[in-house]
Amino acid sequence: MSATGRRTRLRGRPLLHTSYASELALFDTPAKRTSVGMLLMLAVALPFLLPDEVLQLLAVCCVAAIGAIGLGLVTGYAGQVSLGHAFFLAIGAYTAAAISGDPDGRVIGFGVTNIGVWLPAAGLVAGLAGVLVAPLATRLRGLYLAIVTLGLVFIGQHVFSEWSALTGGAGVGRPAATLEFFGQPLAATGALGTRDQKLYWLMLLFLLIFALAAANLARSRIGRAFTAIRDRDIAAGVIGVNLARYKAIAFAVSSAYAGCAGALLYTVTGFFDPSSFSLLLSVQYIAMVLIGGAGTISGAIAGAFFITLLPRLTREMQAWVPFLSAQPNEVPNVFQVETILYGVLLIVFLLFEPRGLFGIWVRVRNYWKAWPFSY
Amino acid sequence: MTEFLESVLRGLGTGSVYALLALGFVIIYKATRVISFAQPAFMLAGAVLVTYLVGPVGFWLAVLIAALLTAGLALGVERVAVRPMVGRPAFVVAIITLGVDVAVRVVVNGFIGLDVRHVGDPWGLRTVAIPGTGIDLQQRHLGAFLTTAVLIAALFAFFRFTRMGLAMRAAAYDQEAALAQGVSVGAVFALAWGLAGGLAAVAGTFAAAGASVDAGLWLIALTALPVIILGGLDSLPGAVVGGLAVGTIQELAASYQQHAPWLGGNVSVITPYVLMLLVLLVRPYGLFGTREVERV
Repeated sequence: MSATGRRTRLRGRPLLHTSYASELALFDTPAKRTSVGMLLMLAVALPFLLPDEVLQLLAVCCVAAIGAIGLGLVTGYAGQVSLGHAFFLAIGAYTAAAISGDPDGRVIGFGVTNIGVWLPAAGLVAGLAGVLVAPLATRLRGLYLAIVTLGLVFIGQHVFSEWSALTGGAGVGRPAATLEFFGQPLAATGALGTRDQKLYWLMLLFLLIFALAAANLARSRIGRAFTAIRDRDIAAGVIGVNLARYKAIAFAVSSAYAGCAGALLYTVTGFFDPSSFSLLLSVQYIAMVLIGGAGTISGAIAGAFFITLLPRLTREMQAWVPFLSAQPNEVPNVFQVETILYGVLLIVFLLFEPRGLFGIWVRVRNYWKAWPFSY
Repeated sequence: MTEFLESVLRGLGTGSVYALLALGFVIIYKATRVISFAQPAFMLAGAVLVTYLVGPVGFWLAVLIAALLTAGLALGVERVAVRPMVGRPAFVVAIITLGVDVAVRVVVNGFIGLDVRHVGDPWGLRTVAIPGTGIDLQQRHLGAFLTTAVLIAALFAFFRFTRMGLAMRAAAYDQEAALAQGVSVGAVFALAWGLAGGLAAVAGTFAAAGASVDAGLWLIALTALPVIILGGLDSLPGAVVGGLAVGTIQELAASYQQHAPWLGGNVSVITPYVLMLLVLLVRPYGLFGTREVERV
């Protein structure tokens, strides 16, 4: 039996693994390979099928997915509940905006508009912030940690709304980072496409890179350490997983993802103010991870798309439900329904399908795998 | 000195509101091993109910009815959303209560509407002077402190001297053993949620006394989270002491923050969280909490 695995694989037996390499492969079955490839082709082709306004929304979805993957790593894989994701998003967003900002403007800016500089910097600074928080995570477990990270959001919100030299102050805000690569604007209407088309492709590319990196991390030694800590941290410690070290790594990677997502998120709208980084944002990211399916990369992506598209869906729903109003001062209106849905969906998924959207997909897949038999 | 003492007294007034809220969190935690993030919604619901009831029945009766109705709401939430999750990880249940909080608050906010709503408390912003010291004490803080003292005394008597209180203590100590002795653990869960809901409603009323009820009132309830961490998640005295301490330190920070302008305005809002971080670095299970025993 050869150690390479792939060549010895039997046709028509996708689940028969004859080596560790094939068992741990990124796309371990041919069906997975084809379906991901086809999905990707569809995603790349979308700008030719959809109007620009929808593409902009999908670009936001892609960035949100990067952030959700990051939270998924620390909460879904390593099992450390963090309600502080909004804080790390904010750190990334402000690092990027400050580095690429106008040096002569009313807020801090260093004028380095190259995305090759500000994006890694945002990830690095946020990651360092995560490392600083990690010692708390090694001392605290479960709900204690959740409350402490919730405290981070409030402290962060205070700092960001008071430090108006950096953030422009509450209610005013500052421009986001500039999308530019060595002098080439990355998202400007040109011969190749409109701004929104390019924006979507760019964010899709970033999502692909970050998702592949996370999937690879999850199947590495580090990822296995994460899941060991999640499933039983004492047992993990006993078999030789260094808890402090791997919790620190989990927080660092997760915050770095959040930092990059925060840096990219507001380039779509171009402007942001400190009140965006509230507890609600953290709850939305938790909802993305849990509704999508904790402990899976594809689940985090699905959850991010679902939650980000939810406001749009409720607005469409208004046409079908006559008693809903689109005016914010009438009751019941779509904005209320939207907020309630975050809460209700969280409850419904946790009660009836704890594996989230990913779990629903598994059910559908298993049904058709065995069709026409029930199992 | 007068300023210092006035701040401390103000702090004890706001601190008693935190203590009531924290007691609700701790009671639920002790009974069910879950932190209920739904407390802010119950507090807001209680305060809004009082604003509607105060006209027809007067303040004290309105508070009583609102507390009972909110307790009923909490019972309903426990039955529908929390009971099916018994035996699941605490974090999952906590996230469910977070969902309940978001959903309930939207509905309650719908009842606040655009008008300014008052709880109609008899005190407003009037003060009483403490004779001989020149200290002015706001009546609403005195009212909050005394009401809290009465409620806490009643609560401790309940846990100490009644059958149900004993059952709750037994269930908190060891659920399975209590079940084996014939304690209805389901009733304990329900009662814990009901008590927490009622306490939150009273706390909400006093938090809004002298001001108005608006959608931002729920943020006050979140201050109870650092309080319970500070006092220890499973300690009732810890909740009371922590609440009063956090309230006092917050008011002192508000009084003396002009000496540290670099901290920015309204720094008192985040002092509870900073305090929590500092305490946790030294004592990971709070000041009075029991250290978790790790068994393999």
